[in-house]
Amino acid sequence: MTRHLLLATLLSTTIAGAAFAATVDPADTLAENQSFSFWLLDATATLDPQLIESVEDSDVARQLFEGLYTEADNGDLIPAGALDYTVSDDKLTYTFHLRPESKWSNGDPVTAGDYVYAWQRLADPATASSYAWYAELAQIENATAVIAGEKPPTDLGVKAVDDLTLEVKLAQPLPYFVKMTVHSALLPVHKATIDAFGAKWTDPGNLVGNGAYVLSEHKPGEKVVVSRNHNYWNDAATVLETGVFLTINDNSIALTRYDAGELDNVAIPSGMYPQLSADRPDEAFSAPRACTYYYLMNMDAEKGPEALKDPRVRLALSYAVDRNIITDKILQSGQIPAYTLTPAAMAGFTVPEVDYATWTQEERNEKAKALLAEAGYGPDNPLKLTLNYNTDEGHKKIAIAVQQFYKAIGVELTLNNMEWKVHSDIMHERTYELARSAWCGDYNEASTFLDLFTSSSGFNDVAYMSEAYDKLMAESKTMADPQPNYTEAEKLLAADMPIIPIYHYTSSRMLKADIRGYASHNVFGNWYLKDIYRVAE
Amino acid sequence: MVSASLRGRGLESLPLDEVKGRSLWADARRRFLRNKAAVAGLVLLVLIAVFSFTGEWIAAWSNEEIDFNVIGSAATMGMPSFENGHYFGTDDLGRDQFARTAQGTRVSLMVGLVGTFIAVVVGTIYGAVAGYVGGRTDQIMMRIVDILFAIPFMFVLILLLVMFGRSMVMIFIGIGLLSWLGMARIVRGQTISLKHKEYIEAARASGVPGWKIIFRHIVPNLLGIVAVYATLLVPDMIMTESFISFLGLGVQEPLTSLGALISEGSKAITQGAMWQLWFPFGFFVVTLYAFYFVGDGLRDALDPKDR
Amino acid sequence: MLSYIFKRLLVAIPTLLILIVASAILMHAAPGGPFTGERKLPAEVLANLNAKYGLDEPLWKQVLIYLKGLIFHFDFGVSFKYKDRTVNDILAQGFPVTLVYGFWSFVVATALGVLSGVIAAIKQNSWADYLVLSLAIAGAVLPGFVLAPVLVLVFTLKLGWLPGGGWEDGQWQYLVMPVIALSTAYIASIARIMRSSMLEVLTSNHIRTARAKGLPEWKVITRHALKPAMLPVMSYLGPAFVGMITGSVVVDQYFSTGGIGKSFVDSALNRDYSVMLGITILVGALTIFFNLLVDILYAWIDPKIRY
Repeated sequence: MTRHLLLATLLSTTIAGAAFAATVDPADTLAENQSFSFWLLDATATLDPQLIESVEDSDVARQLFEGLYTEADNGDLIPAGALDYTVSDDKLTYTFHLRPESKWSNGDPVTAGDYVYAWQRLADPATASSYAWYAELAQIENATAVIAGEKPPTDLGVKAVDDLTLEVKLAQPLPYFVKMTVHSALLPVHKATIDAFGAKWTDPGNLVGNGAYVLSEHKPGEKVVVSRNHNYWNDAATVLETGVFLTINDNSIALTRYDAGELDNVAIPSGMYPQLSADRPDEAFSAPRACTYYYLMNMDAEKGPEALKDPRVRLALSYAVDRNIITDKILQSGQIPAYTLTPAAMAGFTVPEVDYATWTQEERNEKAKALLAEAGYGPDNPLKLTLNYNTDEGHKKIAIAVQQFYKAIGVELTLNNMEWKVHSDIMHERTYELARSAWCGDYNEASTFLDLFTSSSGFNDVAYMSEAYDKLMAESKTMADPQPNYTEAEKLLAADMPIIPIYHYTSSRMLKADIRGYASHNVFGNWYLKDIYRVAE
Repeated sequence: MVSASLRGRGLESLPLDEVKGRSLWADARRRFLRNKAAVAGLVLLVLIAVFSFTGEWIAAWSNEEIDFNVIGSAATMGMPSFENGHYFGTDDLGRDQFARTAQGTRVSLMVGLVGTFIAVVVGTIYGAVAGYVGGRTDQIMMRIVDILFAIPFMFVLILLLVMFGRSMVMIFIGIGLLSWLGMARIVRGQTISLKHKEYIEAARASGVPGWKIIFRHIVPNLLGIVAVYATLLVPDMIMTESFISFLGLGVQEPLTSLGALISEGSKAITQGAMWQLWFPFGFFVVTLYAFYFVGDGLRDALDPKDR
Repeated sequence: MLSYIFKRLLVAIPTLLILIVASAILMHAAPGGPFTGERKLPAEVLANLNAKYGLDEPLWKQVLIYLKGLIFHFDFGVSFKYKDRTVNDILAQGFPVTLVYGFWSFVVATALGVLSGVIAAIKQNSWADYLVLSLAIAGAVLPGFVLAPVLVLVFTLKLGWLPGGGWEDGQWQYLVMPVIALSTAYIASIARIMRSSMLEVLTSNHIRTARAKGLPEWKVITRHALKPAMLPVMSYLGPAFVGMITGSVVVDQYFSTGGIGKSFVDSALNRDYSVMLGITILVGALTIFFNLLVDILYAWIDPKIRY
C-alpha cells in the first residue's frame, strides 16, 4: 500500500487548507447578537443520521454531527473527522486517519469504532434505513448481502484498525468514494447513547453528537434550536452561539417573516427573484444546484405507449420544449436550460456540446414537426399523450407551458396532476406515458446522474436499455479521467432521448446582509453554522 | 313584510292537501318577490351563471392559451387591459384571467349545484323513508346517521381524493355524499309530522303502497324546507371546494375553479398583481352572498313560522 | 339522563371501530405506500422496512395488531416518516396545541357570535343590524387561506405587533392570529343563526307576557329570551367545533403552530398510516364527545326534551 497525497488521488479536488471554521475577516467587527435563523419548509422527520431522508433533516444534522470530510463553498473536500487517507494500489482499500482531538459532546473521544458502528447500522436490516442503498452505492464490501440479511452487519467492509484508523474495503474501485463520505448517511453516531435511549436518543438532552453544535430544543413542525458545543475540537474558532431552524410551510409567509426580521435566510418564492434581486441586490442571490429537472418518456416494452418506442417521436417531443421560456419567463431565478442530464455544476464535469442545444427554437420546432411527420403523425392522425406531474405550483406551470409548446407541433397533451405518492408509484410501476421527474446528485461527481439510466439501474423508470451506454458507464469506473466516456454517454442520451432534460436547478435565496461565511454557492446546499458569523452594522 | 307574515300565519290553519299546496307555492312566490335582497340575489345569480357559460365566447383568449408577450412579467404587463384583450389581466403564466374566471365560476357553480343535488336526493329519500317507516327501521337508520356524524368528513374527503385521484366526478360525489346527513335529519323530522295528516292516513287506508305515498305525497310536501336548506348548502359546498383546491386536490389543469384561482391569487397579496386575487375573489364573494340572500328569502317565503 | 349518556357512550365504541377499519381500508387502497419516493427502493431495502413496521402482514392482521396495541397499551404505533417519534409523541405534541387554539377560537366565536346576533335582533333593521349582517356574510365568505396571509402581512410586517408564527407553548402573542383566522367564519355563522332565532323568540307569547309584566327590556332578553334562542346555536356548535379542528390545517400551515391539522394532511399524503389513524381516532372521539356534550346542554336548556 502506498501513501498517496490527496491531491494526487482526487484529480478535481483541492483541499482548502485551514478553511474549516469561521475565518473572520480582520476588517469585520462582530455583532453583539451571534445567532442565525434558517428557514425549513417542512417539519424535521428525524435527526438520526442513518435514517435521514430529507433536506431539512440533513440541514440540521450537519450542525450536530461531523463526518470524515466536509465540503467547502466551492465543493472542495475539507478534512473534518479525518486528517487524511491512503488508498491501496488496487484502489479497493481506503485507510482514513482520524483526528485525535475530536470529541463527542459528552467528552468521549471519537473513535474509528464509532464510524464502524454507524456504517454497519446503516446497512443493518434491523435499522431498516431507507438510505441503506447508499452503502451499496458507495460500493462498500458486502453491503448488498448485509442489507438483504444474508450476512451479519459485522461483515460489512469497514473496520477499526485502531482507535484512530478506519479501514474501508470496496467491492469495486470508485474514484469518488471519499466525496461520498460527506453525506449524512455516513456520519458517525455515539453507540452508548443509542443503546441507552433507543429511538429517543435524538431528543434534546439525550442526543450526543460530534458536531460544532448541540441540540437544545426540538419541536417538530415549529422549530429546532442548536447551541454551541464546547467539547467540539475546533470550538475556539467557532463564533456563532446559536442556530435556530423555523419550520414555515408556506414560502411566501416565510419571506414575510424574513422581512419582519425573524429569519436570516429564506428561499425566494417562485417568480420573485427578478424583483428582489433588483430591489435588494446585497441580500438576494442565486447559485447553481446539483439537480436536473426532466420529463420521463416511458419506453417499457409492454407498459409504455407505442408512439414513444419510436426515437423520432422522442426527439420531436424533446425538441419542441422551449427551455428558455421555462427558465427565463416561468422560473426566473437564473436556472440553466438543460439539454444534457448532468449539470455543469458537477465538479470536474464539462458539459458536452450536443447538437440540438445549438439550434434556435424555430429550427427545433421545424425538426420536431418533420420527425413527427416521418413517424406518421400529423393533422389527420395527431399524437395524443398524457403527462403526469405531482402537485406543485412550479411543476404545474411548466406542464401548462409544455402543453402549449406541444400544441404548436400538433401534439395533444393531457395534464394529469397527482399527489406525490401516487405519482411516484405510477412512475416506478412504469404505467405512465410522460412523467415529471428530477434528480439531485448524492455526491459531487457526474456519475451520480449518468448511472441513473444504465439498464440495471433501479432508478431507470423509463426502461432505457442501451448496451453502448452501459458499457461506457462501466468503463468509466476505472478510468483515471472518465470525462471522454461521460461525453459519449451524454451524446448517446441526446440521440436516443429517453428523457427530456428541461433545466438545471439553482438555489435562489435571501440572506441578511450582515451574515458572513454562509456557503451560498455549494451545489448541494451543504452549509455549516460553524463557518457563519454576524458583523456589526 | 308584515302583511306577508300575517298571511303566512293564516295559512297554518289550512289543511295541507295538494290543491292548497299549489296556492301555498303561489303565495310563497309573491312573498319571495317582495324581498328585495332575495330578488337582487337571484338576479345576480342568473347574471353570474350567464357569465360563466358565455364568458369564454366573449373572451379574446381561451382559458389555457399562454400569452407569450406577458409570460414572465405578469406583475408589470399582465394587468387588466382592453388593448391586449385581457379584461381581467393575466395569471403568472400569461393566461387570460377573464376566460379563467368565467370557466372557474362555472366549475364552482357546478360543484355547488351538483353536490347539493346529490345531498338533496340522498338525504331526502333516506330521511323520508326513515320517518315514514318508523319503528326499528327508523331507529337503525338514524343511528347510522349519528355514527356518520361523528366522522371527520373533511378527512374522509381528503382520503377519497388521494385514493381515487382528483376528478370532477370525485369532487361532486365526495362533497355531495358528505353533506346529506343534515338533510336526512331535517326531512325525517318533517316526514314524521306529515305522516299523521289525514290525507296520508287516507291514502294508506285505501291501500296505496308505501313507496308511492313517500314519492307522491310526502316528498312534494317537503320541497319547501328542502329548497331552503339546499340553497344554504350550495355556498357551503363552494367553500368546501375552495378548501380542497387550497390543499392542491382540486380539479385538473387547464380547468380551474374559483377556489383554485383564489388560492393562486392569494400569493399576490405579498407579490403585487392584486388583480389575480380581486376578480376571482369578487365573483366568489358575490356568488356566495347571492346564495345566502336567496336562501334567506326562500326561508322567509316558504316557512312563515320562521319570521 | 345518565342511562342516556351511557347508551351514547356505548354507541361510540362501534362508531370508532368502523372509523378505524374504514380508514385503514381506504388508506391501504390508495396507490403508493409509506416508503414510495422519488427513488424506487431496492427490493432488499423495502423488505427490511416492511418487516420493521409490520407491513408485511395481511391488512386484517395489521388492523388487529393495531387495535390490540391501542386497547391494551393505549399505543398508537410508530410513525413511518417521523422515525424517532411514536404516534403517541406526535399526538401529545400536536393535539394540545390544536385543542388550545381550537378552544379559544370556539369561545371567541360563540361569545362574539351570540353577542352580535342578539344586538342585531334587538335593533332589527337598524344600522347595527345591517352592519352585523353584512360583516357576518363577509366573514362567512372569507376563506381562511386568504385571511391568514393578510393577518401576517398586517400584524407582523406592517404593524410589527405580533410574531409571524410559532407557538411557544401558547403564549398570547402566538395565539391571536390563529384564533382570528379560525373563528372569523364561525362568528359570522353563529351571529346569523342567533339573530334569526332571537327574532323568532322575541315575537313569541311568553316574551310578550314578560314585557307586559313591565320587566326592563335587558331583563326580558337575558332572563327569558336568551336561553330558548340559544337552542339552534347549540345544535350548530358540534359541527362548528369539528370544522375548527379541520380548519386547523390552514392555521398550522400559515402560523407554524405545529398542531395536528397539518400533521393529518401530511400523514395522508405521506401514507403515514399510523399517524393518520391516530389523528382520525382522536378527532372522531372528540367529535362524539362534543356532540354528546351539546346534546346534554341542549336538554338542560330545553326542559321539553326528555331522553
